Amino acid sequence: MQSLTLPLLVILGLTISGYFLAKTRALQVAGGDIRKLVSLPKQHALNTVLATAIPPVAAILLFSVYNRLTEGTGSWLFTLVVIALAVTGFALSLIGIKVQTRARTFAERWILGLLIFASTIAILTTVGIVFSMLFETFNFFEQYDWKHFFFSTSWSPNFRGDSDLGIIPLLWGTLYISLIALAFAVPIGLFAAIYLSEYAGSRMRSVAKPAIEILAGIPTIVYGLFALITVGPFLRDYFASPMGLGQSASSVMTAGLVMGIMLIPFVSSLSDDIINAVPQAMRDGSFGLGATKSETIRQVVIPAALPGIVGAVLLAASRAIGETMIVVLGAGAAARLSMNPFEAMTTVTVKIVSQLTGDTDFASPETLVAFALGLTLFVITLGLNVFALYIVRKYREQYE
Amino acid sequence: MEDMIQMDRTISTQQDIKIEAKGVQVFYGDNHAIKDVDVNIADKTVTAFIGPSGCGKSTFLRCLNRMNDTIDICRVEGDILLDGEDIYDPKVDPVQLRAKVGMVFQKPNPFPKSIYDNVAYGPKIHGLARNKADLDEIVEKSLRKAALWNEVKDRLNAPGTGMSGGQQQRLCIARAIATAPEVLLMDEPCSALDPIATAQVEELIDELRQSFSVVIVTHSMQQAARVSQKTAFFHLGNLVEFDDTDKIFTNPQDSRTESYISGRIG
Repeated sequence: MQSLTLPLLVILGLTISGYFLAKTRALQVAGGDIRKLVSLPKQHALNTVLATAIPPVAAILLFSVYNRLTEGTGSWLFTLVVIALAVTGFALSLIGIKVQTRARTFAERWILGLLIFASTIAILTTVGIVFSMLFETFNFFEQYDWKHFFFSTSWSPNFRGDSDLGIIPLLWGTLYISLIALAFAVPIGLFAAIYLSEYAGSRMRSVAKPAIEILAGIPTIVYGLFALITVGPFLRDYFASPMGLGQSASSVMTAGLVMGIMLIPFVSSLSDDIINAVPQAMRDGSFGLGATKSETIRQVVIPAALPGIVGAVLLAASRAIGETMIVVLGAGAAARLSMNPFEAMTTVTVKIVSQLTGDTDFASPETLVAFALGLTLFVITLGLNVFALYIVRKYREQYE
Repeated sequence: MEDMIQMDRTISTQQDIKIEAKGVQVFYGDNHAIKDVDVNIADKTVTAFIGPSGCGKSTFLRCLNRMNDTIDICRVEGDILLDGEDIYDPKVDPVQLRAKVGMVFQKPNPFPKSIYDNVAYGPKIHGLARNKADLDEIVEKSLRKAALWNEVKDRLNAPGTGMSGGQQQRLCIARAIATAPEVLLMDEPCSALDPIATAQVEELIDELRQSFSVVIVTHSMQQAARVSQKTAFFHLGNLVEFDDTDKIFTNPQDSRTESYISGRIG
């Protein structure tokens, strides 16, 4: 780290002085008459700043990636190259200041490069995540039969080896809990959205909308506590026990219900925006034909907004599938394949955590299975997101 | 030939009064948009509302089927009688009123449904068809009346939003006449259309006169002269002059009307 201090200080110094030097020099070459310059002094200054700072900073990033890959450390050569880059950029852009220099165009190009770099980072991160998962997943499948992983219906990891690591019970728990959560969140969220966008007055709306969105800001661990101490015992005492469906406070129902509450603002907020985006002309057309408000909403507004609403629901679904904390506290950690919604079950995400936090050897299949589970989950949610995006995009072309 | 048309017009204007408006005032918040307007709209006649932008002609049109109800700050005073009954009476359901007084809007606004479903929408919600065959017949009849049937009969299941602007507007007209209204209000129905589509819609309006009373708001004075038998000139929220179309365009009584039709104001 120490080797970075000097080059960074040099870059900073050159950048600041470059800013003022470029301004002065630009005025100088123009003989004090700003109108003679093709580009304004501040544009020359911006160009100098960017040309001085960007190449060496980019070099630092590249070198650190390179060092990470080759396990090497920084050397004096690297420091020298970085400083040389900064000085070159500084000098070239200052010497280049003439009356005819198009500093504006150059600066725009530097900025374009920066923007491309920023978006590349976001995309590369996704690719990086996939590759890191793929790597460990391959290791896992070298030690464990993939057919067993995907098709075995039992999950019982064993410290002595000889574990059953079938994903099906976990996948079942994930889908069961997500389905209950969606069955709860979609109608409530959608009805709330319809009320807010079509019926509520502006004052009611300005109060109710943020109030619903508060739900989205609650940390999921707090939802988990709510499930653990309130919803779970309540469901057990008033539903599960009387109906003879079990004595467990942690259950699929508990987790699903609480997760559903968490998802309400997702569904309602997105649907509200989408319903509001349906042109007023559609409603006018329907009213003009003598349709009532509810006929208009049911037969014109909702069908027009439907693709967007489906997109919102799918986004909520991928949230539900990835949720961990509520499941740990609400549904427990026992992998089970059962239809009874009042029984404890668990999900893929919970098992990822428990497999990685155990005492087992990192290279054992019991630990590596976490990566295979993670990758499977990633593929499922990615598929859902792509599908949601596709539907939302199709919806945009609906009018005109 | 010209004389025949003139005669035709004179005869057709000798009809019963369909809508009678007395002392109508409209306020948008503090803004006094319509000032004391009296108009009698005759049955089976085309009545045109003309006037410069912002003169209140569209606002007045929207009073006739209570479309202004959907705007919170809008307040209407005075009496508007449809067949002698006050449409602003608390007993009157605006929904039923709008089934009788249909509306076509300035911009074509087909629903994002199929052509068939667009036209069938009104009959369905009002229960006008007993079965599918009935509904099919209503849809075909309305599309024929709107001079659209031949163009769309092979693609009734295609989305209504995929048609050209002129076709969309005729679809909206077909949609409005499918509910069998008694009065059809048209708010600048041709302003988004090219001259050919405009001519088609104008021809259509003339035919619709056989069955309905039509009220049309238009910016084009030529259009008003071509399609209407009665013309009302609005200026700054006042009804300046209301008379037979020929009279308004050949021999206006008010100097403001004359300035407007000769292009000096507006």
